[in-house]
Amino acid sequence: MSQTGVTVREPWPDARREETGLQFAMWVFLATEVLFFGALICTYAVNRWAHPAAVREAGRHAAFAYGLANTVILTLSGLSMAIADRAVKEQLGALAKACLWITLALGTAFVVIKALEYYKDISDNLWPGPDFALRGAGARPFWSFYWVATGVHAIHLTIGLGVVARLLVFAHRGSLVRRVPSMTISTLYWEFVDIVWLFLFALIYLVGRT
Amino acid sequence: MSLILLVQASPIVLPEASTQAVVEDRIFLILLAVSAAIVLLVLTLVIGFSIVYRAGSAARRGPLPIWIRHEFEIGWTSATIFAFLFIFWWTASSQLHLQTVPRSALEIHVVAKQWMWKIQQPSGVREIDTLHAPLGIPVKLVMTSQDVIHDFYVPAFRLKQDVIPGRYTELTFTATEAGTFQVFCAQYCGLDHARMNADVVILPPADYARWIADQPEGDTLAGEGEKIFASHGCGGCHGQGAAVHAPPLDGLYGSRVPLAGGGFALADENYIHDCILLPHKRVPAGYAPIMPSFQGVLSEDQLVPLIAYIKTLKAKP
Amino acid sequence: MSAQASAPQAAPGDEPSYLDEGHSVASWIFSTDHKRIAILYAVSITVFFFIGGAAATLMRIQLFEPNNSFVSAAQYNRLFTMHGIIMVWFFLVPSIPTTLGNFLVPMMIGAKDVALPKLNLTSWWLYVGGAIFTIVCLIGGGVDTGWTFYTPYSTLYSNAAVLSAAAGVFVVGFSSILTGVNMITTVHMLRAPGLTWFRLPLFVWGIYATSLVMVLATPVLAMTLLLVIAERMGLPVFDPRFGGDPVLFQHLFWFYSHPAVYIMILPAMGVISEIIASEARRRVFGYKAMAVAMLSIAVLGFLVWGHHMFVAGMSPFADIVFSFLSFVIAVPSAIKVFNWTATLYRGEIRFGAPMLYALGFLGLFTVGGLTGLFLASVPVDVHVHGTYFVIAHFHYIMVGGSVSAYFGGLHYWWPKITGRMYLEWWARLAAITMFLGFNFTFFPQFIAGYLGMPRRHFVYAPQYHLYNVMSSTGAVVLAAAYLLPLFYLGWSLVWGARAGANPWNATGLEWLTPSPPPKQNFARTPRVDNDPYDYHEPETGPTQADQPPRQPQGGVA
Repeated sequence: MSQTGVTVREPWPDARREETGLQFAMWVFLATEVLFFGALICTYAVNRWAHPAAVREAGRHAAFAYGLANTVILTLSGLSMAIADRAVKEQLGALAKACLWITLALGTAFVVIKALEYYKDISDNLWPGPDFALRGAGARPFWSFYWVATGVHAIHLTIGLGVVARLLVFAHRGSLVRRVPSMTISTLYWEFVDIVWLFLFALIYLVGRT
Repeated sequence: MSLILLVQASPIVLPEASTQAVVEDRIFLILLAVSAAIVLLVLTLVIGFSIVYRAGSAARRGPLPIWIRHEFEIGWTSATIFAFLFIFWWTASSQLHLQTVPRSALEIHVVAKQWMWKIQQPSGVREIDTLHAPLGIPVKLVMTSQDVIHDFYVPAFRLKQDVIPGRYTELTFTATEAGTFQVFCAQYCGLDHARMNADVVILPPADYARWIADQPEGDTLAGEGEKIFASHGCGGCHGQGAAVHAPPLDGLYGSRVPLAGGGFALADENYIHDCILLPHKRVPAGYAPIMPSFQGVLSEDQLVPLIAYIKTLKAKP
Repeated sequence: MSAQASAPQAAPGDEPSYLDEGHSVASWIFSTDHKRIAILYAVSITVFFFIGGAAATLMRIQLFEPNNSFVSAAQYNRLFTMHGIIMVWFFLVPSIPTTLGNFLVPMMIGAKDVALPKLNLTSWWLYVGGAIFTIVCLIGGGVDTGWTFYTPYSTLYSNAAVLSAAAGVFVVGFSSILTGVNMITTVHMLRAPGLTWFRLPLFVWGIYATSLVMVLATPVLAMTLLLVIAERMGLPVFDPRFGGDPVLFQHLFWFYSHPAVYIMILPAMGVISEIIASEARRRVFGYKAMAVAMLSIAVLGFLVWGHHMFVAGMSPFADIVFSFLSFVIAVPSAIKVFNWTATLYRGEIRFGAPMLYALGFLGLFTVGGLTGLFLASVPVDVHVHGTYFVIAHFHYIMVGGSVSAYFGGLHYWWPKITGRMYLEWWARLAAITMFLGFNFTFFPQFIAGYLGMPRRHFVYAPQYHLYNVMSSTGAVVLAAAYLLPLFYLGWSLVWGARAGANPWNATGLEWLTPSPPPKQNFARTPRVDNDPYDYHEPETGPTQADQPPRQPQGGVA
């Protein structure tokens, strides 16, 4: 069943239902991700409620400049991704391709800066091992949260980079503008990863700076 | 033949040896009666319908009477809700009643470790895997673990409580029968979990006092704690004339402590335990967080008498 | 209008069945056909069922004597852990949703496949991935933390293969999540024209409600296991020495694991509704209430996790709240039992193997559910928590309930899935043997538990000996009952009589297709204009046995 060059995959009866269905599925998946990160943030909340002073102190050691830079970069990538999404809907292939390249570049920059920040954190003895720099109950759980949360987020972001790369392959073949559902669900995923980072930014980098 | 011996050796009843046991068994038996009635009802209906309405039988089928449809459904739904809520209310109020702890309870300390129970009586007597307690008097077990989570379970008392590392949990009972009762560990704790058994020995109060007196002379719990307080230099900061600005301990236990950063803490065993092992967790207002941690320096066994000593320090008039 | 006379979609021999679309291994393990994926899952979970069953067998042999040394303490601790992990995550949670659910949900709603067929295959490969981690764990000596992985034992004290076990469950959890996403999307988006929500068969409602729980609860488990892995690798999270709280682990774990038990029972409830309606030839009594009850159980299931923690150190206020909610959630389950019983009233009841399993379910689920009331009462729970009473309770529901329903459904839809009829008398024998063996195995455990026998004890006090002998003896009968179907169902695949499209004369869209169905399921998308279970005029009851339904769903398109 192919009208105006749009292919409909089995078992969908028509293109419109497929598009709605794929978006629906992505929203359901994002709900699972909310629970996934939510459980992690719950442990953070418990630790902070139990040890407010220690958590504030521990948060002061987070590399704010790196965190802020990453926040700006990721937010900009969210913008470029949103523009790409709109461009695909409006059949503006060249604009979409350019914005996808920007998103990919910004996302990669994020990962690079994160890696540099990890290197700095380890040299500052912020891995909660035997050489841990901070004392006080609650400091180690805070930093355990940091490593797990930013690590899991970085994995999600890297998967996102793969998703964007796949769209770029379509864009270079010229088939992206016919694949609106793929673009939409990829954008939803990317924006979600962006939003999670905003929460993590507040919980990790801003907590010691009120 | 051995099967008969086995049947004879297997009890179907458990001694009721505490005030909790009496209440719990009453609830259990009534729930059993209600459940049996419901199971009997369902079984009778299911088997009855299966026989009467088996395919090809001559029973009258046809439309369901109208009253069976709506009223019945509303009826049994409401009945179920009412019955279950009533059972909830009854069991919850029983539990709340059982949980009020009398002030005069005798405190016995329990430290669990893989795979034994270490008991410290207030008089300072120590026991391993046996707990002597008086009959008819409320006893409060204050318990902690040195390693993983355990659970102190006395089936004859119908009581159990998880024993958790890093905090104190309590189990209060009033024994109603003298005798020796089994204690099991009821929270999986590793290799010898199944062999982490103990005994509770309930003695009439006079016998209990005599047993305490018969034990080798030693310090009371608080006396032992005073020695630990001195040997670990606690007075160096917390004593009078100390150069360091440290909170005074007189009258600390049971007071409300204002915390740095706002809020209050009740200075119970858990608070004092945290102050010694995790001193930066709840710092009192007006003091810098400079107290060193005694994690790894003082064991849970030593903390029991130390905290018992600190509890005896009354506020100076 | 009889649906038996001819399958309106295609006559046999027109199109190859899904079983004949390719015979290579690759055509199976890379297939995106929901029916083939269902079979892949069925084989996988059966393998794990018998591994988990072997662990249980060894445990019951050890427990035959109070001071036995058939296995050592260390071995026993690994046996009960592996039994729990395998039975919960590699058998029960996937069982009905991925086998019967995968096969039947698209057919029951008139669709050609699930919404996301490639994701479906990915789910199965994730199951395989998780399975590999678990096999690695087994080979590495197994894990000894209990399926509950309580900290700090699991993170700071155990010397066993905790990392591979946690990783295995983590991976298979994502299999669960993706299956849930797929099922929810399928039911929302691919229903045939005219098939409104309240015309859906209750089996679809059951899978839908289960999927809601799967997608919202399982991610919490995934994160909790990740934190266990993190702490085991040196990042303190629950360690009290650094300000962590071991009880926080329990809250997070049970926040998933309580809804998980509803994942394991809701599909079973769906199966039972289908079987009872078909085999009693009656509309399900109170259809809407049945659907709403399943949804309520799904929602309320998220609010009761604390009843696993009444003695864990929660405040008395929390105990009361969780106790209250636990009593509330008993109500929809009770309503379902009454409605199933009422469905039998004035029916024309056939006693094939599926119905025998369903009747067994009614009895065993009722007993299991009522003992839940005991556990919801705080004073009683303080006594029987951590004892064999709890073990008996959940086995009555998960094995007496869910496994009976799984076997019942397997038999009921066997002709549709395989195109063969099984041997009826052998199947009835297996069903009855299972019911008797099950009761003999698990009822004595209620008594042992009330008398104080704790769980996870490889040796026990002598006063529990009689009950353990009874339990271990019953287990022999139960094992035989589980092995029997392997033989006669296997036999039927080669020598069984060929099945027609609708051997039970049931309603439901799946019975319109040939047995076994073609890959596309339906040549033309059916249209549905009537309610499910339209076996008889609404104003009357069934008039004769073995009559075709008054109007099956989909009719003749």
